[in-house]
Amino acid sequence: MKSAVLVFPGINRERDMARALKLISGHEPAMVWHAETALPRGADLVVVPGGFSYGDYLRCGAIAARAPVMDAVRDYAAKGGLVLGVCNGFQILCEAGLLPGVLMRNARLKFVCRDVHLRVERSDTPFTRGYNAGQVIRVPVAHGEGNYEADEETLKRLESEGRVLYRYCAPDGTIDEAFNFNGAAHSIAGIVNERGNVLGMMPHPENHVEDIMGCADGRGLFAGLLAHLKQAA
Amino acid sequence: MKARVTVTLKSGILDPQGKAIEGALKSLGVAGVASVRQGKVFDIELSGSDRLKAEAVLRDAADRLLANTVIENYAIELQA
Repeated sequence: MKSAVLVFPGINRERDMARALKLISGHEPAMVWHAETALPRGADLVVVPGGFSYGDYLRCGAIAARAPVMDAVRDYAAKGGLVLGVCNGFQILCEAGLLPGVLMRNARLKFVCRDVHLRVERSDTPFTRGYNAGQVIRVPVAHGEGNYEADEETLKRLESEGRVLYRYCAPDGTIDEAFNFNGAAHSIAGIVNERGNVLGMMPHPENHVEDIMGCADGRGLFAGLLAHLKQAA
Repeated sequence: MKARVTVTLKSGILDPQGKAIEGALKSLGVAGVASVRQGKVFDIELSGSDRLKAEAVLRDAADRLLANTVIENYAIELQA
């Protein structure tokens, strides 16, 4: 798996992401500066990592979404290339128009940094095939603006097209407002675009990839991508 | 030429920051506040003097960057 990790000023999770990608795929990802106008040739996966690009000025992800490299990402996605955005990366993909909706301030206004449980809604996508449908995984979140919102029509479409891949849930997998810690519409933690090749999610699977981290539940996402690419090759 | 672009949340969009400010005003004892919505103001200086052109430039700026039109509205004001 040849992956590319985008780097913007103010991003701080790019090394965690690169480390997880190397660990699981065996290949060092290319780090791609935001001012580049092209992605590395033959990239199988483009990752927009987490952090605080441009200090969250204007709106989270707004300025990074207009960086030169994002035009290349748009072209890459339009050709069916796999794109993964985590945390600030999810915000950037929404601001760039690659995913619908917007990530608003957490409903209780608090920055939340802790482990949460996610229910994997389906297992037949490149981003979830490392899991079983309905499986509950534990991964960390660290964000102040992860409250996913979209208009009613968009939410209806996301649900009817099965584009919500990850949802905040109780440890037993029940969807309950008590576990929807940031107030996201429909407890949404991660969604894909219409074509299913662009995933945005607030939690950090790259931070739970080996036992020394206390949990390796995030590994399935990367292992699934690897399996998908191997099968496609 | 000077201009001001005001960006506000669309009605119906939950504004937790506005709500928190509203609560703080109430606890300060500021009477008569029914509700608060928070927005942003951009004061912009333009190089030309053509008002029509200026408005087009500002509209472009607001559509492409200053506002996220999924959740926000904007208003443009040109100063004399």
